Formats: sequence, structure tokens, C-alpha cells
Amino acid sequence: MEIVDLTMHYGRGAAVVKAVDGLSLTVEAGTVTSILGPNGAGKTTTIETCEGFRRPQSGTVRVLGLDPVADAPRLRARVGVMLQSGGAWLGVRAGEMLRHVAALHAHPLDVDALVERLGMERFARTPYRRLSGGQKQRLSLAMAIVGRPELVFLDEPTAGLDPQSRRATWDLVSELRDHGVTIVLTTHYMDEAQELSDRVHIVDAGRVIASGTPADLVSAGARNSIRLVARPGLDLGGLVAELPEDSTAAEVQPGQYVITTDVDPDVLHRVTGWCAAHDVLPASILVERQSLEDRFLDLTGRELR
Amino acid sequence: MSRLDLSPAPGAAAPWRRLLTQAAMELRLTLRNGEQLLLTLVIPILLLLAGSRSDRLVGADRPIDTLAPGVLALAILSTSFTSLAIATAFERRYGVLKRLGATPLSRGGLLGGKVLAVVALQIVQFLVLGGLALALGWRPADGATAWLWWLLLSVLGTVAFGGLGLLLAGTVRAEATLALANLVYVLLLVGGGVLLPLDRYPESLRGVLAALPSGALGEGLRDTFMTGSPGTVVVVVLAAWAAVAAVAAGRWFRWE
Repeated sequence: MEIVDLTMHYGRGAAVVKAVDGLSLTVEAGTVTSILGPNGAGKTTTIETCEGFRRPQSGTVRVLGLDPVADAPRLRARVGVMLQSGGAWLGVRAGEMLRHVAALHAHPLDVDALVERLGMERFARTPYRRLSGGQKQRLSLAMAIVGRPELVFLDEPTAGLDPQSRRATWDLVSELRDHGVTIVLTTHYMDEAQELSDRVHIVDAGRVIASGTPADLVSAGARNSIRLVARPGLDLGGLVAELPEDSTAAEVQPGQYVITTDVDPDVLHRVTGWCAAHDVLPASILVERQSLEDRFLDLTGRELR
Repeated sequence: MSRLDLSPAPGAAAPWRRLLTQAAMELRLTLRNGEQLLLTLVIPILLLLAGSRSDRLVGADRPIDTLAPGVLALAILSTSFTSLAIATAFERRYGVLKRLGATPLSRGGLLGGKVLAVVALQIVQFLVLGGLALALGWRPADGATAWLWWLLLSVLGTVAFGGLGLLLAGTVRAEATLALANLVYVLLLVGGGVLLPLDRYPESLRGVLAALPSGALGEGLRDTFMTGSPGTVVVVVLAAWAAVAAVAAGRWFRWE
């Protein structure tokens, strides 16, 4: 899948809002790709353009080598879609709806097995209007994959789910990937992107501001640190000299030291070695590695939107 | 869990299967919906029962012969306009059209499913209401041509009202569609020439009523079952409405 220089805007005249502004990204077959971004970053607009619901106003989008709008009839059977909300009649029972979508496909998953796998037995006979938010999410996920697509779009698949259901969704996504399904998901949960994805694209204000594996993105950011609690007034100058270049150390509060460096096992060994040599028994040594969340906040800013 | 093979095997079901699946689903949901059944079956049945005993209202020696075709016209109005419009408006509102648009069903399948479901429901209505009318003493005009005219007028009426219903559902909000579709049902039932012959209305109104699809369908079915064939004007009026409504719905209906 490939998006080149996609631009989408709403409104007209002075009130034009650019939802997507020159966004480009590529998704490789057989991978899990996350589009990560704050609310209003343009994630849903981007994914709905890939799903063929919107026509690109400029730029190009190719999905499985095809045009999502012009080739929609050919793509519909091959692509599974999970909408962010809605998508079922109010009076339809959950299991009935899933069976309906399955019947539109040639080789659907075994509906009973899928219901069991997603823990939907309890509410399979409940009308859609009486389902909880999490139950609707599970049905929506089931509808996206029941047709055994080769590419699946999941728009915030775990929004509003309890931890058990989130974990179950993650397991299913990983398993789909292991079976060769390509998955593109949007999320604003860092842990989700970090845990699931082969590749993450951080999107803000309608453009991609960083791309890479979760590990790449984390290590490309500010360096990691070791937080040391020991007796106050230590001179760490000698330690810093033993550490890689550009390392720094500071006593941020009496007895609390932060050593900023590229942490690896050897560095940790040097720190404890220095402590032994100087008869320092630290009350704690904490290795702080930057998470994707820190990186995300560094890139997108910390103000509320 | 071993039955769950997650490897990709994409493919659409055969077109006829998708169409039938969709039509069956639409029909099931309609039959499950009490408000829709009220409009499509309960009210027409009550009107037949009440009206067949009231020669003052209908104004004929045999009120049932006048009333039965009017009730059959009302049945077409209720299913192809009111019920279709409300159901489609909420499908649009709740993302059902969007969701199904992302399946192999396709828009043609969605529309075809609706047409089949409407036709199936109309057959049920025809059997129930026609059967009840016969039991109440209705004597429709003899001859196969009357039934052919009935079929033609029913198809034209369904296309005209169905097109208008989709136009309404596809252009305004779901709540507004709900209100308007019910209001139009009541207004046409009382004053639209569906149920009562045009000669029961003030003379100044008759021209307007004859030009409405409701008046044309009601009058056409009454003429057909009382005399054996409808007037030419009625058929032309209804055909014109059918053509305009179909084109307008195709032009302005929005799926989302």
C-alpha cells in the first residue's frame, strides 16, 4: 500500500481545515503498521481514503496496487474494514450481523469459532442497540476479518476496551500477521503501537513527522538515563570520564544523580564498578529508557488539543 | 479454536447469494420492527374493517369495493415510501450503508436487496389485505386484464414512492426523515386521494389530487378493480412520477 503526498481538506473559503496535508507513507505486505497520532491528526481521514470512502483531493493512494475508489469493487472482497463507530442496524443481533457479513464472502471464517475466539458468545443474541461499547468494538473487529481479507484496516481497534479485551485484540492482530495478513491500524495508544507494530508512522497536523520501527523511533530520540540514589555530595567526574563520549552526570537533588548516556549493559557495569571502587552502596539504580510515549510527546508537543 | 484458520482467503460470494442474503436481512428487520408493521399492516387492516361498514365515509352502495383498492394503494405507499425512507435514513445515520459499502455487497446489491425486500413485503400485504377484503365481501372486476393493470400500477407506484422515499432518506437527517415520512403518510392517507375516491373531495382540489402520485395510484386501482381498467391520464401521471422520482433519487441520494 502506498500513499504519496495526500492532501484532504474540509470546508471552503476562509474556513478550510486541512485534515491531511501532504502525507506520504508506504505499507509493506505482511506487516503490522501503526498510524499513531493525537486526536485530529488526520488518521481517520487518511485511513478512510485508503478504504475508498473518500476520494483524494490531491496526491495518490494505491491499495494492493489498485485505486481505492475506481477499483473499489475488486478491492472490497480483499480488504477488511473496521470502522471507528457504528456500522450495524440497531435491531440486529450481534451474531446475526456477523453471520450476515460472512455470507457476503466466498470463504469466510467459521463464525462460531470466531465468536468463541473473541468471547462474543454471551452477547451473540443481543440486539446491537443494547451492546456495550466494548462489545460493539469486538463485533466491529470480527466483521473486519470474517471475510478472510489479505489487508485489514483497523481504526482505533481498542478504543474503550478493558485491559483483557485489549490484550485479546492484540493477540489476534499478531496472529493475523503471523498468517500473512497485512494490518494497518490507527491508534493514539503508544503501548499499542510499540507492542504490535513492525512499523510506526507518527502523524501530526496531517503529515508524517517520523517513521520507523518502534525501536528506531525510541533510539532516535533523546538519550536514556540512569538514575542513582546514594549518599549526597559524590563527585561523578571520574565516572563520566569512563563512560561514552557526551555522557553527563548531575546531582539533581542531594543524593539523587542522573547520568545521561547511551545505556547498555557495559555502561551499567561501569557504573556499578565505579560504585564498588568508591565504596558507594546505592539505595537504588534505575535504568530509564525512553518509551515511544516520550518520543511521541517530544515530536508532537505536550499541549492539549 | 483449531477451526479458526486466519490465513487470507479473500473472495466475494456469488452475486445472487449476496442479493438474497441482503434482502432476507432487510425483510427480517422490517418484520421485527413494530412501528413499521403498524404502518404497513395494522393500520390498513383496521381501515378495511372500519371502512367496510361505513357507507357514509366512502359513499357507495358497496363501500368495500371502493375501499379495498384504496387500502391496496395505501399498502404500497406505506412500504415503498414511509417504511423504506425511515429504514434507509437510519441505515445512513448509523453507518450501516458505510459498513456494507465496505463489503462485497456493493451499492447495487444494497439497492437490489431493498427492492426485493419491498416487493416481498408487498406480496405479504397483498395476500393479507386482499384476502381480508375478499372475506369482507370485496368483488374485484373480472378478467385477467384487471390484474395486469393492477401489476403495472403497483410497479409504477412502487418506483415513484420508492424513489421519493430514497430521495428523502438520502438528503435530510434521519430524525427529519422519520418525522416527514410519517407526516406524509398521514396527510396522504387523509387528504391525498389514496383511500377515498376523488369525487369525495371538494371540486377545487380534485385536479391537484389527480396529479399527485397518491391520487393517481388510488384512483387507478379503484378504476381497475371497479371497471376493469384505469384511465389513461392516471397511468401517464404515475409513470411520470416514477421516472422523475427514480432520476432524482439517483441524482441526489447520498450514501453517507
